Amino acid sequence: MGFKVVVDFDLCESNAICMQIAPEVFEVRDDDFLYILNETPDEGMREKVEESAQRCPKQAIKLEDLPAAE
Amino acid sequence: MNSIAVIGASLAGLRAAEALRREGFEGTIHLVGDEPHEPYDRPPLSKQILAGTWEIEKAWLAKPEKYEELALETHYGVAATGLDVAGLNVALDTGATLDIDGVVIATGARCRTIGEPLAGVFTLRTLDDAQGIRAAFDKGPGRVVVVGAGFIGAEVAATARELGLDVTMVEMATAPFERSMGAEMGAVLADIHRDQGVDLRLGVGVSGFTGDDAVTGVDLTDGTHIEADVVVVGVGVIPNTEWLADSSLDITNGVLCDETTLAAPGVVAAGDVARWPNPHFGETMRVEHWDNAITMGTHAAKRLLHGESAGPYAPTPWFWSDQYDRKIQLAGRTTDFDRFELVNGDTESRTFAGIYGRGGRIVAVLGFNRPRHVMRYRALIDEGVSFDDALAADI
Ligand SMILES: Cc1cc2nc3c(=O)[nH]c(=O)nc-3n(C[C@H](O)[C@H](O)[C@H](O)COP(=O)(O)OP(=O)(O)OC[C@H]3O[C@@H](n4cnc5c(N)ncnc54)[C@H](O)[C@@H]3O)c2cc1C
Ligand code: SF4
Repeated sequence: MGFKVVVDFDLCESNAICMQIAPEVFEVRDDDFLYILNETPDEGMREKVEESAQRCPKQAIKLEDLPAAE
Repeated sequence: MNSIAVIGASLAGLRAAEALRREGFEGTIHLVGDEPHEPYDRPPLSKQILAGTWEIEKAWLAKPEKYEELALETHYGVAATGLDVAGLNVALDTGATLDIDGVVIATGARCRTIGEPLAGVFTLRTLDDAQGIRAAFDKGPGRVVVVGAGFIGAEVAATARELGLDVTMVEMATAPFERSMGAEMGAVLADIHRDQGVDLRLGVGVSGFTGDDAVTGVDLTDGTHIEADVVVVGVGVIPNTEWLADSSLDITNGVLCDETTLAAPGVVAAGDVARWPNPHFGETMRVEHWDNAITMGTHAAKRLLHGESAGPYAPTPWFWSDQYDRKIQLAGRTTDFDRFELVNGDTESRTFAGIYGRGGRIVAVLGFNRPRHVMRYRALIDEGVSFDDALAADI
């Protein structure tokens, strides 16, 4: 059971809060856009990504559960 | 612990309630708030809601499903009137008393005002305030005067300009945001507002308003009079602690907590209302920023449930402010800074990052449309690196 990181880019304002919490997953580059470095991070990253979702001022981040791999 | 009361149903309070559940608390959680609404987000009030680009629903802090999951006893439109610290009871203005085992104080702050209430003179803290100002803007006022060029004032000025209104902004200091970013960088912000057509009056105060039934103008301390149909006053906030007057807590400029956010046994505080010694900066501070309400609310919940093991609350405070097409962010504390260097971009293009130092250490970073830099340097501030190492860092 893994999870997928989904960002609503219409809401995202690139303030990089998520990047500070989980730089392994989120990066705001010099062009001022947010890039998701890894859409399906390891389970060990779940807590950090959840914290990012909570502290995103725009509530733009969602975690979607993935079906277990066969 | 069987029941906890969270007093103040806004950002810090709701996030504390969520953290209590996340940390496994299964007892009763009372969420008490004196506003009639469910918890909503304040930053959009001076931005999207005032501009009219967002419906109110977009600012609610949580969806109905979330409330179901949290199973809170909500008391909206109800004010707490007293706290008995020894017995752990909260008195409500309904006459009821909540007999609980723990309290989270999250009653935030309210706006300072100038003079007696007068039609056309507004402050901005609540949804109702924002709707009132929006309605006044919709009438197409001849001139809007904004008093105070801090957070709220500067954002209201920017939004009003974007709506095509004439704006005069009056500020006692020599630059907008002078207290948080210093005079030099504040001057850059001043130029942005001037370029956008704001009539900026610096270094002058307001001595009073004119008008009998409704405001007609603003008198300044230098003797000048400015005509005004709408006035928005943004001259800072006062922590909401009156209800704690008889509680024996220290409520001088906010509820004083220890390093861990504990104010008394079984009593924690968080958000705009809380003052605590932040060990990372060696400074007792009260932080009026969005992110702090979340992280402190979360920390306070853990402190209440897990005791000392929650550890000290030692964040690097951070805020953002949206003005026109600039996203301004400041992380850290600029109090008594003795060095400042630009580390990216330049002030002419108004796209830059700069760092502040005190006693050889990096203590703050400021960015205009430079979120990535702000967050990278914020991490260095967290690590406590020297100013010179921060300057030399490859960011
Ligand atoms: C217009 C505006 C724009 C902002 N923009 C930004 C921004 O861009 N970036 C940023 O970082 N920060 C911003 N902020 C600051 C941020 O919104 C606050 O830091 C945050 O709301 C603090 O949350 P809080 O829960 O501590 O307090 P509050 O949000 O003040 O909530 C406290 C609640 O407690 C209630 N209450 C008070 N007394 C009682 C009582 N006795 N009984 C019951 N309830 C009570 C109050 O009515 C209120 O609902 C902005 C604030 C405003 C007003
Ligand atoms: S925290 Fe939210 S708004 Fe900020 S960059 Fe990340 S997703 Fe975007």
